[in-house]
Amino acid sequence: MSICSCQNKKFDKLREIIAEKKGTAGALIPVMHEAQELFGHLPIHVQSFIAEALEVPMADVYGVATFYSAFTLEAKGTYSIHVCLGTACYVKGAQAIVDKLAELLHIKVGETTEDGLFTLEATRCIGACGLAPVLTVNNEVYSQVSVEQIDGIVHKYMEMAWKDEEDGNSSTNS
Amino acid sequence: MNKVNLTIDGRQVTVSADSTVLEAARKLKIKIPTLCYLKDINAIGACRMCLVEVKGARSLQASCVLPVEEGMEIKTNSPLVRTTRRTVLELILSNHNRECTLCVRNSHCELQTLAMEIGVREISFPGELPERPVDQQSPALLRDGSKCILCRRCVALCHQVQSVGVIQATERGFQTTIEPVFGKSLNEVACIFCGQCIHACPVAALQEKDERDKVWKALADPDLHVLVQTAPAVRVALGEEFGLGEGRNVTGKMVAALRQLAFDRIFDTNLSADLTIVEESHELMERVNQGGPFPLITSCSPAWVKYVEHHYPQLLSHLSTCKSPQQMMGALLKTYYAQIANIDPAKIFVVSIMPCTAKKFECQRPEMRASGFQDVDVVLTTRELGQMIRQAGIDFPNLTEEDFDEPFGESTGAAMIFGVTGGVAESALRTVADLLTGSTVEKFEYEEVRGLEGIKESTVQIGEQRFRLAVANGIGQAKKLLEQIVKGEKQYHFIEVMACPGGCIGGGGQPICKERIEKEKTDFPIERLKALYKADKGSTWRKSHENPTIKELYNKFFEKPNSKKAHELLHTAYMKRPLTPKE
Ligand code: SF4
Ligand code: SF4
Ligand code: SF4
Ligand code: FES
Repeated sequence: MSICSCQNKKFDKLREIIAEKKGTAGALIPVMHEAQELFGHLPIHVQSFIAEALEVPMADVYGVATFYSAFTLEAKGTYSIHVCLGTACYVKGAQAIVDKLAELLHIKVGETTEDGLFTLEATRCIGACGLAPVLTVNNEVYSQVSVEQIDGIVHKYMEMAWKDEEDGNSSTNS
Repeated sequence: MNKVNLTIDGRQVTVSADSTVLEAARKLKIKIPTLCYLKDINAIGACRMCLVEVKGARSLQASCVLPVEEGMEIKTNSPLVRTTRRTVLELILSNHNRECTLCVRNSHCELQTLAMEIGVREISFPGELPERPVDQQSPALLRDGSKCILCRRCVALCHQVQSVGVIQATERGFQTTIEPVFGKSLNEVACIFCGQCIHACPVAALQEKDERDKVWKALADPDLHVLVQTAPAVRVALGEEFGLGEGRNVTGKMVAALRQLAFDRIFDTNLSADLTIVEESHELMERVNQGGPFPLITSCSPAWVKYVEHHYPQLLSHLSTCKSPQQMMGALLKTYYAQIANIDPAKIFVVSIMPCTAKKFECQRPEMRASGFQDVDVVLTTRELGQMIRQAGIDFPNLTEEDFDEPFGESTGAAMIFGVTGGVAESALRTVADLLTGSTVEKFEYEEVRGLEGIKESTVQIGEQRFRLAVANGIGQAKKLLEQIVKGEKQYHFIEVMACPGGCIGGGGQPICKERIEKEKTDFPIERLKALYKADKGSTWRKSHENPTIKELYNKFFEKPNSKKAHELLHTAYMKRPLTPKE
C-alpha cells in the first residue's frame, strides 16, 4: 500500500504518541484511541504499525479493536446512516427501508459508498419506539420514515456535500 | 503462606490461602469438570462447567476462579449443581458441530468425554452453528471454527507459553471467534506451526493438516519406491496411541508396523541426527578457530527457525546452517541412496514420521530441494501414523519387534536424546570434546544440560576451551534468552533451542495424552523423556562421530564434514519474514 505524505505525518505523530506511552501499563487502548482520532479508523497497516512499535502481539491490537465498538476497522463515510432494527421499527417496516437504502447506495449493511459519502448501518433498538421506524444520519433523527422518503433524505445530504465541495471546505475524509 | 480450612462435600481440607476452590477439591481427589481451565495459564471462568454451590452465596460459583476462604462450605455434587452442569454442557453442545463419528478427536476429546460422564442424552436448546470458515491454507495446521468452544486455552498457550501470540478472541457475543488478525489464515501471520495449541485445545478445533491420503496413494503406486524415516521422539510416544502406557519404547513394533504398511525401506532419522551433530560440531569448531561469530544457535527445530525469521531476523546469521535431521535424511535418500540402490530419484517417495507439525511446513520450503526434487515428500505426525496403523487393522500391541533397514539402520545414543530438550547440546558436547582434545573423552554425560527447566546455563571446560552454553526449553524461554543476547547482557558460545516445551517428545504432533487432559497441564508424559535417556544408556555407540555408518558416509560420499558436497546437501539458508501482515 502506498502511503501519501499526509499519511506519513500521521505516522510520525503516532510514533511520538507511542514513544511517550510505551512501557506504561495499559498503553495499548489509549494508543489505539489516539490512532483512531488521527486516521479516523484502524486499518490493517495502522494496527500492524501499533503492534510493532509497542512490541505487543498484533492479535492483541486486533482483539481490542474488534471488541470495542468505539474502534472501527474500515473508513466510515461522511454521513453514517443508522437504521434501527429493534422490534418496534422492524414491525413497522424498517427492513424495507434498509433494503431501499442498500439499493439506492449500491452497498450492503456495514459498507461505505465508493465516494466515501455514506455508510449504512443497522442498529439495535435506540429507544425511540414511539417514533418507529427510525433512522439517524450522523446526529439527525428521522422518525416515522417511509420508503418513499428515502430518496429525498439521501439527496439532501448529497447536495450538502456538493455544496461543501464548491465552497472549498470539503469535510470528507482525507 | 497462610493456610485456610474449608469443607468440600463434607470433607475437611487445608490449603494455602492463595488457592482456588478447584485446587482444593483436586487435593481431595474430587473431580469437578472443567473445560476452559488450564493449570497455571488459563483460569478465566469462561465456560461455567466448574460451577459449585457455596453455602451462603446466592448463585453457583465458578470454582476455577473462586478463591478459598476460611470456613467455606462447598458442594460439588448437589442436585442443583448436577442440573446446572448439565444445562451448561447442553448449551455448549448446542452450537458445537457435533459430528463425533467423523472427527479426528473422537475418543480423545474432552467435550465428548464430559458429555459421556455427565450423561447428556438430549439437547433441549435449538442452538445455531456459528459461521466460522475452516482455515486450511497452511501446510501444517487446520483450524475448524465450527468445533471451537471459545475456551481460549489455545490463546493462553500461544501468548503465555510460546510468546508468539498470533491467535486471539475477536468480536463479542455470538460473533466471538478465535482467529488471527483480520480473519487471516495462520499461514498469513507469524504462526510458527509448533502445534502446541493443538495440545491445549480440548476439542478438534485445532488439528494437524491430515496428509495420510497422499501416503496411502504412494504406497499403492507400483512405480514408486516408498521410503519412510522415523524421528527419535516418535518411538517413545507411539505406544500411547495403542494404550501401551506412557513413554514405552516401541521401536521394534513401530518398524514392524511400517513394514506391514508396505513401505519399501524403513530408515531411522537417528542416523541423520548423528550426521547433524557431526556437521554442527564442525561448524562450532570452525567458529572457535575463527573467534566467532558467537553464539552459534541450533537450527533443527523448524518452528524455532521460523520464529527467528519473523521475530529476530538480525540473528539469522547465528543460526547453524545445518538442516534438521529429517531434511538431511531426505536429501541423502534422493542422492546417495538412489545412487547405491540404483533407483531413479524421481521414483523415490520419502515419508517422515515426526512428532512435529512444523516439519510439514519445513519439507515444503523451497530451500529443501537439494536433490533436485522435494527431498521429503510428506511429513506425518505420530498421531497420523497411529491412525494409519489402526486403519490397516494392524494389531500393534502384539507385533513382533523388527529392525530398521540397512544402510541407515545404525545410530547412537547421542541421536536418541535429540528428542528431548538439552539433548542436542549434550550430543554436540560429546563430539566437540573428542574433536578438540583429539582423544576419546570418558566422561560424556552432561547432567547440567538435562532436565526441564526453562533456561539451563552452564560452562563446560574442554581442553583449553571454556564453552558457555545455554539451553532454552520452548519458544517463550528462548525469547527471554534472545532478549538478553540482543541487549548484550549475556554471551554464549552455543545455544540450543527447541520450540516445543520438553523438546520433540512434547511436539505438536505427538499423541493427545490422557495425562494432559487429567492433569490439566500442557506437559507431556515425563516417561517419554526417561525412555530416551534409557535408550541412550543402552546404545552400543553413544557419540555421533563414532557411528560406523556415519564414518562410511564421509568416506564414500561426503569426503569430510562441512565439505562442498555436505554444504550442498546438508546445509541451508534462511529468510527474513514479516512480523505482522501489512495488508
Ligand atoms: S470435537 Fe469432540 S465433541 Fe466435537 S465432534 Fe469432535 S469428538 Fe465430537
Ligand atoms: S502453532 Fe504455535 S504459533 Fe501457531 S497458533 Fe499454535 S501455538 Fe501459536
Ligand atoms: S480453538 Fe480450541 S483451545 Fe482455542 S478457543 Fe477454540 S476450543 Fe478452545
Ligand atoms: S469456568 Fe471454570 S473451567 Fe471453565
